[in-house]
Amino acid sequence: MAQITLDNITKRYPDGFEAVKDMSLEIEDGEFVILVGPSGCGKSTALRMIAGLEDITDGELRIGDNVVNDKAPKDRDIAMVFQNYALYPHMTVRDNMGFALKLRGTDKGEIDEKVGEAARILDLEQHLDRKPANLSGGQRQRVAMGRAIVRDPSVFLMDEPLSNLDAKLRVQMRTEVSRIQQRLGTTTVYVTHDQTEAMTLGDRVAVMRSGQLQQVGSPMDLYNEPVNLFVAGFIGSPAMNFMPATVEGDHVKLPIGDVKLPQDVRERVGRAEGKQLIAGVRPEAFEAAALTGEAHDRGMAFNAHIDVVESMGSELYAHFSVDSDQSIESAELRELAEDAGGGEVPSAGEEGRIVARLDPASEVTEGQDAELWVDATRLILFDPEDGRNLTTSQQGPAATGGQGTSGREPEAANRQDDAETMTGTDGGDQPGATGATRM
Amino acid sequence: MSETTPRGKVMWLIGILVVILYALIPVAWITSLSFKAPDQVGDRKFFSGFSFDNYEAVFSDNTFLAALINSIGIALIATFISIVLAALAAYATSRLDFKGKAVILSGALAVAMFPPISIVGSLFDMWRAIGLYDTWPGLIIPYMTFTLPLAIYTLSAFFREIPWELEQAAQVDGATPFQAFRKIIVPLAAPGVFTAAILVFIFAWNDFIFANTLTSTDAARTVPAALAFFTGASQFEQPIGAVAAAAVVVTIPIIIMVFIFQRRIVAGLTAGAVKG
Repeated sequence: MAQITLDNITKRYPDGFEAVKDMSLEIEDGEFVILVGPSGCGKSTALRMIAGLEDITDGELRIGDNVVNDKAPKDRDIAMVFQNYALYPHMTVRDNMGFALKLRGTDKGEIDEKVGEAARILDLEQHLDRKPANLSGGQRQRVAMGRAIVRDPSVFLMDEPLSNLDAKLRVQMRTEVSRIQQRLGTTTVYVTHDQTEAMTLGDRVAVMRSGQLQQVGSPMDLYNEPVNLFVAGFIGSPAMNFMPATVEGDHVKLPIGDVKLPQDVRERVGRAEGKQLIAGVRPEAFEAAALTGEAHDRGMAFNAHIDVVESMGSELYAHFSVDSDQSIESAELRELAEDAGGGEVPSAGEEGRIVARLDPASEVTEGQDAELWVDATRLILFDPEDGRNLTTSQQGPAATGGQGTSGREPEAANRQDDAETMTGTDGGDQPGATGATRM
Repeated sequence: MSETTPRGKVMWLIGILVVILYALIPVAWITSLSFKAPDQVGDRKFFSGFSFDNYEAVFSDNTFLAALINSIGIALIATFISIVLAALAAYATSRLDFKGKAVILSGALAVAMFPPISIVGSLFDMWRAIGLYDTWPGLIIPYMTFTLPLAIYTLSAFFREIPWELEQAAQVDGATPFQAFRKIIVPLAAPGVFTAAILVFIFAWNDFIFANTLTSTDAARTVPAALAFFTGASQFEQPIGAVAAAAVVVTIPIIIMVFIFQRRIVAGLTAGAVKG
């Protein structure tokens, strides 16, 4: 058990490239923190620096109370799960899991006992005498987890441990990872490029972009109050919709119409009046106008020509385009567009294309006009120059360390609920919810 | 493919037979010679009688026995040292980035380029001057030197195939770099280690030039050199039968080596990859 402190950590390669820039992050004892970001954002480098597999150019890294900058991996009391598992192919599952203990000189009986216990947790008992080559992908993944668990380290480090699995198994193992972490209560740092994993697993999520920490917070914070365009576009599936916007008086002019701003937002964006901004709207901030009821006054109704309707059973995704004489330009959005391609995110940040998540009771049909409604209170305005969120009450990119991690158990349960409502599109997420109660 | 038709099958069989005959006839011939009695040696028949006289003669000859022991000892020691050094060098060149890496690799290649005959003369003088002439180390050193480049190149090819992560996993698991090397890298590179070992052993076992030049007595003379000094059971006989028997005897360790290691090589190759 230990907390991890990254104090202005920088990684600079000999050619001058900075993979991680001045990163500060405090990870509480027993906390599950996710480092997430597109490929090449430095998240793996950061993890490998914590592991000791990569030298730290600048800054100080503490695990527990010890500065470990110059300590070898073996002296840091950490266990790591690698993306390709890195199982020793010439050893049986039993030997793979017991290797670390054997190196430490633990006696045979104790090794057997610990390996047996880990195998029970991971349901690997009948495979202990097989070689990794004869195991399926999911089994190998579990062996890799087992190798980490057996050692009872103070920190788990996981480098995209699920990315080599197929989609279904990934969802299953995601639950498993979460269950194991909760059961053991070991401080865990988990790297992924998959925002769904980040949202469902972590106590806190740290979003990184080109070596810089963008925002650290609970999954719901990131989702509802992203500090900038990048976080907003990265978190959420389907992704947030973006369109050009201009503030005029107490209204904001959008391609779909003029929306009246709530008073507090109006005050915060006042300075940006007349300037061209980018508006972000989550797909679920839309609704069919007929179904809005009392909430109707909070937003604005408009007509849209629906191109495609995707029915998920529990909800509908209506795709429509908006025309605009302005175009939105932002380095952050470009970067996001380049990174999308994972296929999981439909029309991620694509210009002029809007996805609305509607109630299945709303009667929208492909190729027809429909009256939709957008919730003004869920509108977020960004400054296109630096990508800053102008609507939020939170401050800009800052790695504020672990607040609110004291009441861990109830929080973990909340987290699962949050996760479920957020990713309700994904039927496979159901086990995730039960996983929390099973522990 | 033509193998599926009967005609194709026949052609295929003929091809295989030709290759086998080409490779085995000399071996079969010398084996048959070794079993002939002295008066049958010149009869040009493939099989005429069966006698162990030649083998008895060979094994009652102290020179041959001494040479056999020299050969086994020198080849094994040279192989062992060469493989250990090559493994360390190959590991360094395949895993680490350091100044002078290219120089070391091209230097190793340069060593292999020298024909042994071009240095054997000066070695003869040097060894006599420093007392290595006609000793085991006197042969082990050149064997090791000449086989190191090949062993380094073979091993580093195998080391490069092993994912970095395995070693890092071992380090995180608490292994020192040397433990990671010994317990993870070397076992995984076992097929490479055995391949290199076979090549080195065969070189040392078969060498004639160094063995003939740098030895003079039973103290270090190996079998290939000893065969050249073979006289047969009595000085009035042609030693053909005895030479044939000795040739068969020296072939056997190589065959055994290859069979043992071949199994290991195949086992190593099929042990399975790391990723799925």
